[in-house]
Amino acid sequence: MSAVQLELEILRYDPEKDQEPHFQTYQVACQEEWMVLDAINHVKDEVDTTLSYRWSCHMAVCGSCGMMIDGQPKLACKVSVKDYANKKVRIEPLANFPIERDLVVVQDDFMEKLKRVKPYIIRKEEQPIEAGEYKQSPAELKKFKQFTLCINCLCCYAACPEYALTPEFMGPAALALAHRYNTDSRDQGLAERHKELSKPEGVWDCSFTDTCSIACPKHVDPASALQQLKIATTVQWYKELIGMGDK
Amino acid sequence: MELIKTDIAIVGAGGAGLRTAIAVAESNPDLKVALISKVYPMRSHTCAAEGGAAGVIKSDDSLDLHFNDTVGGGDWLTDQDVVEYFVNEAPKELLQLEHWGCPWSREPNGSVGVRPFGGMKIKRTWFAADKSGFHILHTLFQTSLKYPSIERFDEFFSIDLLMADGRCQGVVAMEMKSGRLFRFQAKAVVLCSGGAGRMFPFSTNGAIKTGDGTAMAYRAGVPTKDMEFVQYHPTGLLATGILLTEGCRGEGGVLRNKDGYRYLQDYGMGPETPLGEPVLKTMELGPRDRLSQAFWHEQQKGNTIPTSWGDSTHLDMTHLGEKHIDERLPLVRELSITYAGVDPVKEPVPIRPVVHYMMGGIHTNIDAETPVPGLFAVGECACASLNGANRLGSNSLTELLVFGKRAATNAVEFARNRNAEANESELQEQADKAQTKIRELVQRSGGTESIAGLRAEMTKSLEEGAGIYRTEETLQKTCNTIADLRKRYAGIELHDKSNVFNTDLFQALELGNMLALAQTVAEGALARKESRGSHQRLDYEARDDEQYLKHTLAYYQGDEAPRIDYHDVVITKSKPGVRDYSGGAK
Amino acid sequence: MAYVRPVSKTTWYLKDRNYTIHMINELTSVFIGLYALLLLWGIGAVASGDKAYYQFFLECLTSPGMLVLLWVTTIVIFYHAIAWFKVTPKAMPIQKGEAFVPGGVIAGAHYVIWVLFSLVVLYFAGVF
Ligand SMILES: Cc1cc2nc3c(=O)[nH]c(=O)nc-3n(C[C@H](O)[C@H](O)[C@H](O)COP(=O)(O)OP(=O)(O)OC[C@H]3O[C@@H](n4cnc5c(N)ncnc54)[C@H](O)[C@@H]3O)c2cc1C
Repeated sequence: MSAVQLELEILRYDPEKDQEPHFQTYQVACQEEWMVLDAINHVKDEVDTTLSYRWSCHMAVCGSCGMMIDGQPKLACKVSVKDYANKKVRIEPLANFPIERDLVVVQDDFMEKLKRVKPYIIRKEEQPIEAGEYKQSPAELKKFKQFTLCINCLCCYAACPEYALTPEFMGPAALALAHRYNTDSRDQGLAERHKELSKPEGVWDCSFTDTCSIACPKHVDPASALQQLKIATTVQWYKELIGMGDK
Repeated sequence: MELIKTDIAIVGAGGAGLRTAIAVAESNPDLKVALISKVYPMRSHTCAAEGGAAGVIKSDDSLDLHFNDTVGGGDWLTDQDVVEYFVNEAPKELLQLEHWGCPWSREPNGSVGVRPFGGMKIKRTWFAADKSGFHILHTLFQTSLKYPSIERFDEFFSIDLLMADGRCQGVVAMEMKSGRLFRFQAKAVVLCSGGAGRMFPFSTNGAIKTGDGTAMAYRAGVPTKDMEFVQYHPTGLLATGILLTEGCRGEGGVLRNKDGYRYLQDYGMGPETPLGEPVLKTMELGPRDRLSQAFWHEQQKGNTIPTSWGDSTHLDMTHLGEKHIDERLPLVRELSITYAGVDPVKEPVPIRPVVHYMMGGIHTNIDAETPVPGLFAVGECACASLNGANRLGSNSLTELLVFGKRAATNAVEFARNRNAEANESELQEQADKAQTKIRELVQRSGGTESIAGLRAEMTKSLEEGAGIYRTEETLQKTCNTIADLRKRYAGIELHDKSNVFNTDLFQALELGNMLALAQTVAEGALARKESRGSHQRLDYEARDDEQYLKHTLAYYQGDEAPRIDYHDVVITKSKPGVRDYSGGAK
Repeated sequence: MAYVRPVSKTTWYLKDRNYTIHMINELTSVFIGLYALLLLWGIGAVASGDKAYYQFFLECLTSPGMLVLLWVTTIVIFYHAIAWFKVTPKAMPIQKGEAFVPGGVIAGAHYVIWVLFSLVVLYFAGVF
């Protein structure tokens, strides 16, 4: 349990007081097992109770604590303090989002985009519950499983230069979830989603920098989903051209 | 103060809240639903559930078997009408989730797979690898986006219920980004606000699990039920309390003490089963209360391994092989490596019991109704008496669904049949009171107590007094401490005076809620002079059906300790018997 | 009011190594575009039927400046192709049974096809 010394430079911003954000520095003696989130919690509990940030599960699954750590979008609960031992670490709110307060960013944009891709099973005809489950082979499951793992932490949006430059872009997580449903054997909604996905701010704003996949803490690989969506979208476009658009 | 008029207000957007909202929207699209949550729905702690959800689906299983496991697992403190309804509805609800796209793990023929779970006689736990709760939550959340009648109020912190004319008519909540208060006026209110594991220092529960809704109902006069029953999960990671799912043992993981000995066989759960061949309801597949208690005894005997994070034993999965672990327990591997620096493929993982689940909660019945008309509760915040004195793993995810739907049906009926006018002036008066309370809390100066300080004392005291084993003496001490902390709570001062995302304020409110509930835990435990399920008294070691086959009710008494009362258990077909977890012996 | 951090439209790609690498990759297309123009010019020269003009085109090709451009283009095309092949498994995953074909195999197949095509072109160019 030997100590790791950390110098946290945290971006502070309170819209009721500040014109613009500024950094505030805290020295934290951390236990070796701590994650960066534990260090921030220590600041909140023992040093400065006015610090605002989101967190909950502390097991990298609720997606609350995405923030820029040393310039990279990360889950604060998933990076060890040892990675930054005896260093100055900059902690900033997720890039590319407006700052609500301190490390808290405004996420409305993502919530709205997610809804637009219709991330739910769409069927022409529902099978009644009494008829049991839709059969789905392990191979069919595996086809889309990876894209179900998105925790909506928005690290990918913070990593995406396209989103930074073109805020209308639907972005990695929302599109990856569209692809997740498109490729689910139970779903028949590809044609319906196509309208939204094939817009310029849909898949075509992606220039495949792959930075979303590098940032993704759950290895969802949204860049992969987007490239596959580009192909699917193109195929669908041709299908519609020759009047065979419906899946 | 802004006024939002709605038909049904739901507090909480975890598994329970979302299921309730969808059920209302699907059957009654003309009714307005306000879904209020202090975090975005997908941050709700349902996301952390790993192992799976129980429901009878396979031909070798039966509803009766699920009934018996649940009733016995709960040490007969379950209401059997509730259990019967639950086991009946469970498969339908899990199938419904399948139809909504939940990526359940599959068998080669394409049907859903099931895995063994502690205390269950047959494999009946549906699972999505070891991220079942995560997938359930996201499936529900994403599906909920389909329904225009569900209006979400994300990051709205509920503060108090609004009661008038003997019924619940709404709730006051604060928009977290602005600090503005909203008065939600509703024909029916459903509380789905989750558990309160954060009352304890070492817990699998996320920061948001502070029992807010339960405390709101309690303050409004609804009794809490069976709060003394706190589930310790036997396998938490040391430094963090992160859960390693029971699925680890379901897949064949075993518990070993410092000598590598599989100690469970010494505590009525033997004989030892062969490695890699788990036997249902035996050894590692015994129920959680028994396993956690066995740890305590090993600790007394000096058979545990001392570490800087407390004593531990080992969860050994090394014999399962990399492929199996990666396929069935990928999250467990990731968590162990990230948070404990141990790869379960190669080494046993140090673990210890960790507070996991509150069996108790808001007093509800089979209809998810509380004693107050117009107020319903579902999920971990509620106590429908499905789980009794000890919840069986994988029953609670299903509970969210089954009773979410039931609450929706009944809340709709209530909303439709009560055309009674809202008592606007009374509601406004109460909302103003809430506003004054908040204002005073924020503006108060000169206080000497800190939130973190009081919280630390509360968690420590509960663990010491109301932990795995309890005695009159330790409990009394905890009762005194909590009562004292509640007094000292008046002396906290907030340093953050901002209206924007003031987490200092939210933590203060959460602490107040937890302190109120902590008192129901300790007082309930002190009054229950027997041992049953997760409530184990060293001074009353036996179960006492004569006197205590009863639910504990705790009524709010302002600054004083709660008034304790009792309520009959519903017994239909299973007479209290012996909990037998030595299946292999027969 | 929420605070919006400014994003530079002109220097954003210098902020992060991965962005810079991406921009270099995008820049390679300038050379590929130039080479395409060159090809068009060549075809135009042949099509014009003017021998002197075609001769002039061939001379230009061997001028030192042009040789530098051609070499740079060759290198850049390699760079671009390799970078693209590396990510093809992401864009075109192939599932066989339950498992996905390993990325290396898909990328490898692209290299094989590349070599084969090159051989065909060289064959028609009369190299063999
Ligand atoms: C690590 C872990 C693993 C588990 N594994 C399993 C398992 O395998 N199988 C199983 O059956 N069970 C499992 N459980 C138990 C089960 O997951 C929970 O009991 C269940 O998910 C609780 O769901 P809920 O909807 O009641 O609450 P939650 O999902 O916790 O949601 C509570 C909601 O209430 C809201 N809320 C709370 N307070 C307020 C407030 N003041 N104002 C506004 N909103 C508020 C929150 O924002 C949130 O949306 C596990 C639990 C944990 C902790």
